[in-house]
Amino acid sequence: MLANTARTFVKARPLFAQRFYATGAGANTLLIVEHKDGAITGATLNALTAASKLGGSVTALVAGGDDAIAQSIAKYTGVSKVLTASDAAYSKNLPEDLAPLLVEVTKSNNFTHVFAGHTAVGKNVLPRVAALLDVAAVSDITGVESEDTFVRPIYAGNAIATVKSNDNVKIVTVRGTAFEAAQESGNNAAVEAAPEVAKSGVTEWIGEEIQKSDRPDLGTANRVISGGRGMKNGDNFKLLYDMADKMGAAVGASRAAVDAGFVDNSLQVGQTGKIVAPELYVAVGISGAIQHLAGMKDSKTIVAINKDADAPIFQVADYGLVEDLFKAVPEITEKL
Amino acid sequence: MSNPLRIFVPVKRVIDFAVKVRVNPAKTDVDRNVKHSMNPFDEIAVEEAVRIKEKAPKTEVVAISCGSAKAQETLRTALAMGADRAVHVEVKDDSTLQPLAVAKLLEAYTKKEENKPDLFILGKQAIDDDSNQTGQMLAGLLNLPQTTFASKLEIENQSLKVTREIDGGLETIKTSMPAIVTTDLRLNEPRYASLPNIMKAKKKPLVKITPEDLGVDISPRIQTLKVEEPPKREGGRKVESVDELLDKLKNEAKNFQNT
Repeated sequence: MLANTARTFVKARPLFAQRFYATGAGANTLLIVEHKDGAITGATLNALTAASKLGGSVTALVAGGDDAIAQSIAKYTGVSKVLTASDAAYSKNLPEDLAPLLVEVTKSNNFTHVFAGHTAVGKNVLPRVAALLDVAAVSDITGVESEDTFVRPIYAGNAIATVKSNDNVKIVTVRGTAFEAAQESGNNAAVEAAPEVAKSGVTEWIGEEIQKSDRPDLGTANRVISGGRGMKNGDNFKLLYDMADKMGAAVGASRAAVDAGFVDNSLQVGQTGKIVAPELYVAVGISGAIQHLAGMKDSKTIVAINKDADAPIFQVADYGLVEDLFKAVPEITEKL
Repeated sequence: MSNPLRIFVPVKRVIDFAVKVRVNPAKTDVDRNVKHSMNPFDEIAVEEAVRIKEKAPKTEVVAISCGSAKAQETLRTALAMGADRAVHVEVKDDSTLQPLAVAKLLEAYTKKEENKPDLFILGKQAIDDDSNQTGQMLAGLLNLPQTTFASKLEIENQSLKVTREIDGGLETIKTSMPAIVTTDLRLNEPRYASLPNIMKAKKKPLVKITPEDLGVDISPRIQTLKVEEPPKREGGRKVESVDELLDKLKNEAKNFQNT
């Protein structure tokens, strides 16, 4: 009897291995659901699309959130299960507590992939998880070639690398603008509680200052207008806000404008700020340094308004207008 | 926390931020025969450590770099900015040195050192591989708290208060020391090394060790299959007036159909 069972096992194994490999169903992915103020963050939905490209199953983890978020993510196409860790200790995404939870969940479920958006939270937490699992992390992917091969920009987007991870668990953060957002459907994935993990409590969250804005979110807006050093001061950004309101656009800025104190740093577009890829990007008074282009050159249409005809921004702009922005911007606002 | 304070500052030699990098003809890497300098975020890290030292003069600032022999130039720059001593973990080929390996080298060095650091200040990311991982990995390996993307750092007795740049604004975190901090652009304005300080830096101690001394396996976990140029944009078309611009946007790029 025993011998019989063993033989069945041996025969069955290669069959399994073959089928899993051929369909990609071997991927067993954990998706970190980032949420704020009771809503799922947009980048999570882009990461879900990227994770779905692996084939196999996607389990969403909601840490520190209420039931509504778990119920909401369960409706999205491609989510096969939802795990919740509703302890309030996770609500501020402190990596010292969140990383051990992710490690435990990954190990106990044999996840082969852990995916999150390449956001301030994803960037902060996932490398710590990778080190605790003794595996490499792959940051800011823009393409999924196969279960172990990903595409990512390096050198501020001036080169595109195709990389293959040889580790048993792939820890990946996803560039939101490179993937469509996943859609809600009639899906109804089961919701379960994640295992309890001890909290370290070494860090304390004191507070936050969030820039409130009625305009669309910079990272996901269809249209973005950015101002640079040429705006001369913060008050002049009103010209851009007026134009943005007419166009339903978000407002961004170059590093020069942020460093000069014209606007808040959360508006910075570039290698070290937000990466955007809207339908329309209007660069106003921005010269077009490599670091800025890294944040916007995947936009569908780029417009540059600059009085310096030799500014590098004109080399990437689909339409360039050589004119004083203080004359051109009000004129555009008026004529829209 | 030890008294006086000890700060470790890992620094990386990278292709200078102003260089337009090119992919090599074999499409395996970028052309590295160009100007290199210290990673800009690491300059901010050194500056912050030196500023802490200026307030508490007994503070020791140790610059560490993992890389080829040329990484010593970067360490000398850190010494000229005000670091007290330097440690060079020499690897033959640093083109395949990845964040996990660097974090392990730093972990092993820290564990070996008798004089433990109270604080690590690293750049938030290197501008070559754009990974944004090493500080977080080191924090995980050493099981220390981490505050990444710092734009303000205050040390109060045994604790550290850090303002972090997050999506949409700022967040403040308080943590115990020892701890790991990674710097964002707005933490400070790094100083230039003066000529006398560059001369003095040549006499400051710099020790060299190898990954073998530290018993760390630095073989890459991620294999680069190919490196390509990004798709080129067909830019460069200029319009004469606002009217022409709006006309093109409406009728050619089909941008304002709903407006």
